[in-house]
Amino acid sequence: MPASQTTYQVQNSLYVMTPGAYVHLDNTTVRIEIERETRLRVPLHHVGSLVCFGNIMVSPALMHRLADEGKSLILLDSSGRFKARLEGPVSGNILLRQAQYRANENKNGSITIARAIIAGKLRNSRSVLLRGARETQNADESAQLTAAAESLAASLRAVPGSPDLDSLRGTEGEAARRYFSVLGLIVKPAMREHFSLPGRSRRPPRDRLNAVLSFLYSMLMNDCRSALESIGLDPQLGFLHAVRPGRAALALDIQEEFRSILADRFALTLINRSQLTVKDFDQREGGSVLLNDQGRRAVVAAWQERKLEEITHPLLETKVPIGILPFVQARVLARFLRGDLDGYLPFLAKT
Amino acid sequence: MLASVYTTAASDKVGTPDPIAISALQHWAYCPRQCALIHQEQSFADNLHTARGQAVHHLVDQPGEAIKAGVKIERSLPLWSERLGLVGKADLVEIHPDGAILPVEYKHGRKRQARHDDIQLAAQALCLEEMFDRPVPHGAIYHASSHRRREVAIDASLRAAVSEALTAIRTMLASGRLPPPVNDRRCRECSLAELCQPELIAERERFKRALSGLFDPDSEAA
Repeated sequence: MPASQTTYQVQNSLYVMTPGAYVHLDNTTVRIEIERETRLRVPLHHVGSLVCFGNIMVSPALMHRLADEGKSLILLDSSGRFKARLEGPVSGNILLRQAQYRANENKNGSITIARAIIAGKLRNSRSVLLRGARETQNADESAQLTAAAESLAASLRAVPGSPDLDSLRGTEGEAARRYFSVLGLIVKPAMREHFSLPGRSRRPPRDRLNAVLSFLYSMLMNDCRSALESIGLDPQLGFLHAVRPGRAALALDIQEEFRSILADRFALTLINRSQLTVKDFDQREGGSVLLNDQGRRAVVAAWQERKLEEITHPLLETKVPIGILPFVQARVLARFLRGDLDGYLPFLAKT
Repeated sequence: MLASVYTTAASDKVGTPDPIAISALQHWAYCPRQCALIHQEQSFADNLHTARGQAVHHLVDQPGEAIKAGVKIERSLPLWSERLGLVGKADLVEIHPDGAILPVEYKHGRKRQARHDDIQLAAQALCLEEMFDRPVPHGAIYHASSHRRREVAIDASLRAAVSEALTAIRTMLASGRLPPPVNDRRCRECSLAELCQPELIAERERFKRALSGLFDPDSEAA
């Protein structure tokens, strides 16, 4: 894999994904070497933070300079799970976390962010249904998908008028039931014998497709959590999801806009392309279904590849790998909390 | 107020103001956001601009004393003012045989921001007055590129400008908010342009438009 595809600069963060890469300082330039060949040079003042996936070597001199200049060094494991953050003696994160707590204590601030999160979720869910409606050969099913998409549009219009979190969660729950009632129609008819989707079931999942969804959601949640940790937001303090000890409520918040476009759509693709088969699942007595070891491995491998695929971020007007999207959105939220943007804007997939 | 409060990098008491760096005055006069990024967000980036500045400062950065034609030359002299809550260093201070004290600030490049330079020089003069308990009616700006030296009278209007700027800076730092980018010609000369991302103004406008259509299913993503 060429380095150009595994090193990204998005909004001043430098993401290094190539195993064994060596990142060091050359005067005032950050140099990235792979197998003793310089693959990328970035002036240090273009780098706001350095994010390393897995086995990346960073020179001590660079670490010192990053610390001196108040820039973070973030260590993630190779699948993007947060490991550690190196911070200099002073960082702006205390101000960011303060802003996060203040916004959370303020009813108005909370609901504004929660509405935006739900709007993102509804719009992206709708775009998955509309794409399914366009791609199916069956006119009747296409009409069902379109009708559900229209009801999601109606839910979306109701969001700005939702007076409080409870009514907002009600709107969202209703829309989610409608969405999952038709999502199974995007499974190719040939696959439906083993992969039907009679609505969403969790804890435990009771069919194969739900088992894949649950597994993907937990990976996506970890990616969102890592992104928040990297930016310096507190992943446990959410705006839509209630705070509970041990629960990454803000990671669940950020995850909402991505569930349909990243996890649901991906699960359907894995099944439609036969990348997952009956052999990848264990059915347990009483009706629960789980991915087995082999199935989990297949999903993780495909997910890692998927995360390297590029997508154009409509507002940054740059191409970013899908795996970086949660980082971009965490930063958008941080910038809104610090007053650099006028609201939280979720990532919206092109319909 | 105890002197020790101003000798620690950060005060450990809520409500005790930290001294402000003299350089903050110039940063603030240039662009409030630049000042906040450096003095509040603790971010600093080198570019040609500051690199050139540092090359000039290299001449005077080595602390030391010398005597030239009876004038005592103090390089890189620590300065402070308890009254104003200021701390910093003078590039060069001349102490004349007649007791006159004169701060000299080194500058590179064109005389673009005379007023900013003068305010910073006045702040140095005010510190020296307090340290030596003696009036400092003049200072000088030395332009490295043209080798020209410009005398500056530390008059009442400059002194007032220093305290006004200090009040504004303290208010800004206390708010914990970043002023918006100016996004004008200043940004091209600014060492923090990359960090500050003045182009975010354009982005902010795009975000604003997208936000206005967020709840409209028929509006495009961007």
